[in-house]
Amino acid sequence: MTDDVAVLGVGLHPWGKWGRGFVEYGAVAARAALADAGLDWRQVGSIVGADTVRGGYPGYVAGATFAKALGWQGARVTSVYAACASGAQAIGAARAQILSGLADTVLVVGADAAPKGFFRPAGGSRPDDPDWLRFRVLGATNPTYFGLYARRRMALHGDTAVDFAQVKVKNSAMGALNPYARYRKRVTAEEVAGSPTVADPLRLLDICATSDGGAALVLSSTDFARRHGRAEAVRIRAVSTVTPRYPNTVLDLPDIATDSAVAVAPAAESFRASIARAAYEEAGVGPEDLSLAEVYDLSTALELQWYEDLGLCAEGEAAKLLREGATAPGGRIPVNASGGLASFGEAVPAQAIAQVCELTWQLRGSAGDRQIPGARVGIATNQGLFGHGSAVLAVR
Amino acid sequence: MSRTHMPVVEGWFTGEGDGFRLLGTRCSACASVFFPREDTHCRNPGCPGGELEEVPLSPRGRVWSYTDSQYRPPSPYVTDPELPWRPYALVAVELEAERLVVLGQAVPGVTVGDLAVGMEVEVVPGVLHEDAETVRTTWQWRPVRGRAV
Repeated sequence: MTDDVAVLGVGLHPWGKWGRGFVEYGAVAARAALADAGLDWRQVGSIVGADTVRGGYPGYVAGATFAKALGWQGARVTSVYAACASGAQAIGAARAQILSGLADTVLVVGADAAPKGFFRPAGGSRPDDPDWLRFRVLGATNPTYFGLYARRRMALHGDTAVDFAQVKVKNSAMGALNPYARYRKRVTAEEVAGSPTVADPLRLLDICATSDGGAALVLSSTDFARRHGRAEAVRIRAVSTVTPRYPNTVLDLPDIATDSAVAVAPAAESFRASIARAAYEEAGVGPEDLSLAEVYDLSTALELQWYEDLGLCAEGEAAKLLREGATAPGGRIPVNASGGLASFGEAVPAQAIAQVCELTWQLRGSAGDRQIPGARVGIATNQGLFGHGSAVLAVR
Repeated sequence: MSRTHMPVVEGWFTGEGDGFRLLGTRCSACASVFFPREDTHCRNPGCPGGELEEVPLSPRGRVWSYTDSQYRPPSPYVTDPELPWRPYALVAVELEAERLVVLGQAVPGVTVGDLAVGMEVEVVPGVLHEDAETVRTTWQWRPVRGRAV
């Protein structure tokens, strides 16, 4: 078990389609997190940026750009990119600096200004890039992969389109209570069923949108938190950033094929399940200890998949768990109390950081109308393209 | 004037008609198969690394899952914006001998209503897009059901 790091401050820029640049969203979130931490930016020794792929040259879409926007003060800078897992990797990098004694306090920032419509690969002709190839050869957008997973669940486990719609109904009800969410209207199962099909069997309201947004955290050593009068701060106890193990036998974005299992038997657990297990092992807790979970609901069906991968229920029983109300507020293990990606849409490098902001508010007991009573342990999980696993486990 | 036939990616498939096959590579040391082809190093971390030899993949497999693309995909997928969008099905197919899953488009006319998980399908040559000079070829999956075997 490693030591904890303290979450001194959290901040978000509201999600939406604001038509402005990612720097503004990130700086707004960063200032909010610093204010929440009760720290002057000039006291912060290190900044870690979770990069966006939109907005230009990698040297620009980076931690230093946020440092400049906040005012140069000489902080150590780090920048990371890991697709949807970028935010968690930024948290992981910040934590490593704190635990190694390189920094007492670290500001973590991620922000994105998303285009309209499908995400698409970077321009040019790049036939050695699997992300370019899947669009060029197959026209396989992200939602088509979500459609494949959803159909597979229907065939294997008997999930139905009605189950998928219920995930949206649940998450939109929570999003309606979240001032930072982009979609704040409750959605009915009929509205999901009436929305156009995007990638069979998934409909528009089953699939998360792409959004603008910014999120930030101020992390510190637990010693610093005590000296700063925040001995009771929420703590991050584990950050899982694992990769798959060969052979990876689930077709993952952006691949056109899986690994072959001819020579090596696949592990009993899937890649996604291994992401959660690594976090549980590092934190010394299990799924039975969780008060709540924030999972990456890129689609409604994918939220159900996470229930199983997190060990909230046995394989194939996620829809049953949902139908019983176990993952709704008041249930045994509420999932996506923030409203999830269903209510936020995805602002890629900010999203995993926003998940930890929600865990922090919940564990502090300051989540307002969304509060899960008595929350003590929370996990946030996601998976980034190209084999980037991520999970953050927080406690109070 | 005959148009030039060009594969969408060089070296991923070969042959015509019943002889059409996807091409992968196989490691001479551990027998792992790779598609898309791996030509430099075997990716099995427990393998000392053998020669990677080109091998045709099994022509038939079973549907692992399927979906469709009801909206026009963005570039670099090539479509004619002047024409109305015609959705196509995507099929992920499990090859038993190679123990891997390969994604591909279904042949034109096959919709998600014609597909089921576990159904047997076969690989066939297809056209991804064409213009006055070039026919860009690809692989497609076609249900075996109903064909004389």
